[in-house]
Amino acid sequence: MTYLAKSPWIIHYDASSCNGCDIEILACLTPMYDVERFGIINTGNPKHADIFVVTGSINEANREVIQNIYNQIPDPKVVVAVGICACSGGVFRECYNVAGGIDKLIPVDVYVPGCAARPESIIDGIVTALGVLEEKRKNHISSPMVTDHDHKAHHKHAQGGAQ
Amino acid sequence: MSKQITIPFGPQHPVLPEPLHLDLVLEDEKVVDVIPTIGYVHRGLEKLVEKREYTEYVFIAERICGICSFIHSQTYVQGIEQIMGLEIPERTQYLRTIWSEYSRLHSHLLWLGCFADSMGFESVFMNAWRLREHILDDLEATTGGRVIQGVCKVGGVRRDISPEKLDEMVKGLKGIEHQLQDLTNVFLHDSSIQHRLKGIGVLSKEDAYYFGAVGPTARGSGLAIDIRETGYAAFGKINFKPVVEYDGDCYARCAVRAKEMFTSIDIIEQCVKKIPDGPVDMKVTGAPDGEYLSRAEQPRGEVIHYIKGNGKKNLVRHRVRTPTFTNIPPLVTLLKGCELADVPVIVLTIDPCIGCAER
Amino acid sequence: MMEPQTITPISVGDVVRKVEQAKKDGNRLVQIGCTKIEDNFEILYVFDKDYKLTNYRVTVKQTDEIPSISGVYFGAFVYENEIHDLYGIHVKGINIDFKGTFYKTVVKHPFSVTITKEDDACQNK
Ligand code: SF4
Repeated sequence: MTYLAKSPWIIHYDASSCNGCDIEILACLTPMYDVERFGIINTGNPKHADIFVVTGSINEANREVIQNIYNQIPDPKVVVAVGICACSGGVFRECYNVAGGIDKLIPVDVYVPGCAARPESIIDGIVTALGVLEEKRKNHISSPMVTDHDHKAHHKHAQGGAQ
Repeated sequence: MSKQITIPFGPQHPVLPEPLHLDLVLEDEKVVDVIPTIGYVHRGLEKLVEKREYTEYVFIAERICGICSFIHSQTYVQGIEQIMGLEIPERTQYLRTIWSEYSRLHSHLLWLGCFADSMGFESVFMNAWRLREHILDDLEATTGGRVIQGVCKVGGVRRDISPEKLDEMVKGLKGIEHQLQDLTNVFLHDSSIQHRLKGIGVLSKEDAYYFGAVGPTARGSGLAIDIRETGYAAFGKINFKPVVEYDGDCYARCAVRAKEMFTSIDIIEQCVKKIPDGPVDMKVTGAPDGEYLSRAEQPRGEVIHYIKGNGKKNLVRHRVRTPTFTNIPPLVTLLKGCELADVPVIVLTIDPCIGCAER
Repeated sequence: MMEPQTITPISVGDVVRKVEQAKKDGNRLVQIGCTKIEDNFEILYVFDKDYKLTNYRVTVKQTDEIPSISGVYFGAFVYENEIHDLYGIHVKGINIDFKGTFYKTVVKHPFSVTITKEDDACQNK
C-alpha cells in the first residue's frame, strides 16, 4: 500500500442488482471491515469521486443514469464491477430486460466475482482499483466520454402501452 | 398561491442505497404531489420460469432481493410443496423458522442503521451494522452464505444445524441482547430523534388498511397484520404477539421495527427449545400441477408468491407481490403535505426495498 | 400444510360490483395479478380479511378492456399500471395512469409475447 498517497473516494450505483451486493458494499464501510482506514469514503456526488463501483447489470431504465455518472466523474477514474451480475449479467442474463454486464456500456477496470461478492473480495477489488488509478494518474490516461448509440433505438421500442 | 415547482428525487441520491425515483411537486417547502417512477431495477425475472426448471428456480427466487433472500426462497418452496402435497419433515419447518427470524434481525438492523444515517446519526449507523455482523456470522456458519444463503430447496433444506450450534446461537443472541437494547434506546428515547419523528408522516389506520399497507408500515398504524400468525412453517407452534403501535407516525413505524427484533430473538429461542429430531429433506419426484398463493411475513411485510404449474418441469407462472410494491400507495399519501426536508426520512420509514418491488 | 384456496371465476362486468362488495365486507386488497394461458389472460384479484383470502378471477383477451378498481381501492393503481405495461391489457379509468411508463422495458408488453434471447457472445468466451 506504499504507493497510496491519496484518499480515493468512491461512488456506488445500484444498477439492476438484487441488493445482495449493495449491502455488502455498505458492510465494507462499517466497523467490521472499515475501508475508511484506507481513506476511502463513499460519496454521493460523482464529481467528488475517483472510483465508480457498480453492482447489478444494465437494463433499459438505468443505462442513461450509469452513463451520466460515468461521464461526470473527473479523470482519472476507475470502474469496479461488483458481483457476477455486474460482470456478465449473472443469473439474470437471460431476462428480457437485462442487457448484460456493465462492460456493455462503460469500460470496466476491475471485476469482482461472487454472488453475493464477499466484503473481503470487494475490498480486494477496490485496492486493485487503487493501483489502476495510480497508474492512470501517472500516465495521464483519460477515459472516453461514453455515448450509448443503441439507446435511441431501444428507447423508441420501449415506449408504448396498448393503443 | 405560490408557484409550483417539481423536484426530482433520485434515482441516484445520497440517502438512497437503491434507485427509487420520485417527482416531488412543491409549493415553497411543502410537498403537494408525488409521482413515483420505478423500473430502474426491473429485470423481468418472473419470466425466467419458462427457462428454468421449478427446482432450479429457487435460486432465482432467492435473488429477487438480497435482504429478504431467505424468506423469498422459503415462500416459493412452500408454495410448490403445497401444490405437490408434500409433507415436509418437522425439523425442516423449525430450521426455516429460525433462519427466517435471523433474516428479520439482519434486515431490521440494516434498516435501523440506514435510517439513522439518513438523519445524520452516523455513530448509530456504525453500531447497528457492527451488531448485524454478529447475525451474519451465524447465518454464514449455518448456511454458508452471508446474504444469499441458498439453503432452501423443494422438499426441505440443504443443511442441518447441530444441537450444540443451536445452543451456541441462542447464547450468542442473548449476549448481544443488551447491546441491542442500548441501540433501540437511542431510537425510542433520544430527544432529537423524537423531535424528528413524532407527528411526522402520519398514516391513519383506515388509510393504512385500504391503501394496502403491510408489515411494520401497517403495524405502526395500529393494524395487527402479521402473516406469521397464520402459522406457516413452525410459527403455528410458537407463542408470539405481533408488535403494534398506534400513532401511525414515523416514530411508531420505527418503534415497531426496534421492538420486533426482540420478538425475533424470543422466537428463535422457543424454536431451539422445541425443535424435534429427524431428517431435514425428502425425495421429490414429479412436478407441480395446480396453483397456489403462498404467503409469508418478510421484514417489510406480507409477501405473496403466486405459483401456477401444469405438471411440466417449467412453471406456467410465478408472480411475486412484494411488500414494498404494495407500500408505494401509502408512501404517496404519506409524502403529500410533508416538508421537503422530511422526505428522505419518510421514504425510509416504509423501508423501501426496490430490488424486491421491481423484480 | 396450509389451508386450501379457492378461486371464484367472475365476468368482466361483475368486477367493480364484486370489489365494492369486498370492500364493504372489510377486506383489504392484497394483489392483482395476471397470467397468460395460451391466448387468454387471467386476472386474479385477491382480498384478505383476518388472514382469509377471497379470490376472484376474470378471463379476458388482450384486446379487451378491464375496468379499473382504483376508485374503490386507491392502491390498485400500481397493479393496474403493471398489468398494462407488462401484458398490454387496457385498464379503463386508473386514478394515477402512467400511460405505459411505469415499467420501462426493452420489449413492449414482455409477458404477452414469447421472447427468445440469443446467447450473448461474451457468455461463450
Ligand atoms: S451478483 Fe448475486 S448478490 Fe450480487 S446483485 Fe447479482 S444476484 Fe444479487
